[in-house]
Amino acid sequence: MIRLCLLAFATLAAPALAANGPLLAQACAGCHGPNAAGQEATPGIAGVPAATIVAQMNAFRANERPATIMGRIARGYSDAEIAAIAEYLASRR
Amino acid sequence: MSRITRRALGAGIPALLTAPAFAQAPAARLVIIGGGFGGASAANFARRQYPWLDVTLIEPKTRFVTCPYGNLLLAGLRDLNSISFGYERLAARGARVIHDWADAIDPTARTVRLRGGASVAYDRLIVSPGIALRYGAIEGYDQAAEAIFPHAWVPGEGQQTLLLRRQLEALPDGGVVGLAIPDNPFRCPPGPYERISMIASYLKRHKPRAKILAFDTKNAFSKQGLFQDAWNALYPGMIDWIPANRDGRILRVDPAARVFESEFGVRHRVDVGNVIPPQSAGGIAISAGLANESGWVPVDSLTFESRRVPGIHVIGDATIAPPMPKSGYVANSTAKQAVAAIAALLRGEAPPPAPVYFNTCYSHVGAEYGISIVGVFRPNAERTGFVETPNSGGVSPRGDLPEQRRLEALYADAWYGSITADMFG
Repeated sequence: MIRLCLLAFATLAAPALAANGPLLAQACAGCHGPNAAGQEATPGIAGVPAATIVAQMNAFRANERPATIMGRIARGYSDAEIAAIAEYLASRR
Repeated sequence: MSRITRRALGAGIPALLTAPAFAQAPAARLVIIGGGFGGASAANFARRQYPWLDVTLIEPKTRFVTCPYGNLLLAGLRDLNSISFGYERLAARGARVIHDWADAIDPTARTVRLRGGASVAYDRLIVSPGIALRYGAIEGYDQAAEAIFPHAWVPGEGQQTLLLRRQLEALPDGGVVGLAIPDNPFRCPPGPYERISMIASYLKRHKPRAKILAFDTKNAFSKQGLFQDAWNALYPGMIDWIPANRDGRILRVDPAARVFESEFGVRHRVDVGNVIPPQSAGGIAISAGLANESGWVPVDSLTFESRRVPGIHVIGDATIAPPMPKSGYVANSTAKQAVAAIAALLRGEAPPPAPVYFNTCYSHVGAEYGISIVGVFRPNAERTGFVETPNSGGVSPRGDLPEQRRLEALYADAWYGSITADMFG
């Protein structure tokens, strides 16, 4: 799993941000559960493929997917940050 | 390592940063004063992510009652037990939990003196003291006055909130509930207005002729349009919000006569009075010289190390961190960066660069009716303050959006369950 993370991070343009992926993803834990496995009405996002998370975040950002708060959140993160968060969440089971 | 690190979100951090070169890193003593949203989050995160850290949490109470969701007690939507948490699981994670007061800090010897007499040594200290109420800032509002006019703003063991609830139950139909609301900065900017909403929710069902007079030291407040839309829709005619420019600033109270007195000397008789006084950083932040003349604590916005006393990191409501609100989520989010920075500094490394601090504050304004404000923040380049990320965050959309309101109320409950599990689970 560690090797997978490192490989994923190595493909990203901004290594400092990619290394920060696990810390950035902590923001998710406040609503999606401490393990991002879902909490009550809020869906789990751990183990979701990175490409899916990136696509959803982009759709939230562009208001192309209806959302209560995720649009407001997604617009606060750069492409590199979203990629780093997505790679990290994808690696969680 | 993978068996351990798979347990929780963020587990990749030690894997990435420590293995294998740092596997032999010496134990380092992280002491945390305060077991609320900042301190409990820090202790839990430190134990999960940096098992080589020797973590001690100093907190006088054995049960923590959250400020968030306290207002729901007033509406009868929650009971005290459902917003109270113990430290047993944190202890089971390996944090040493000491239930005592931290009375003094010696930053040279790097020790914390406990009221019980013992001394606790640290290599890095986190102080997460929350707020202190400034008794006397409103004339007549001393500690004795809170038995008549509860603040219910520092939950303690919950007695203040329960007292306010009992007073509402005893209120005659047609009675007047007064609130005195402070100027910025204060803990939980939307909190007074959620409280107004939850009191109104109770009164509408049980005392429909009662009135709420909300006296405010400000002329504007968090999520104002959304709150006022909701009040008009759910509680028409019940709530009068009286801003500073309508003489809403309460300077004096007379608890025995149950009177609020305004800046211009108007005396308002109330049947129930909720006085939310001006605040400062919690006592230990003042006595240890962490706070400046404002009563709040300046910090390095990358590491949360005090700008006045080296080796001490301060998080949560006690800090000077605008435009970030004094909220539980901000305390939780910044606690993790503070712990990550401390772990790096203890290893002689640079703190994690480019953090993002995250906040969402939900407010319940009625049954199945929630609203929110989101903020995504970063340290400024000089590490002296914080900036909100442009074109992001903000409040829920206005308008007749019942499904949005219903979902936000559900997601608010999920937030509460999630963040309290992140702290105490």
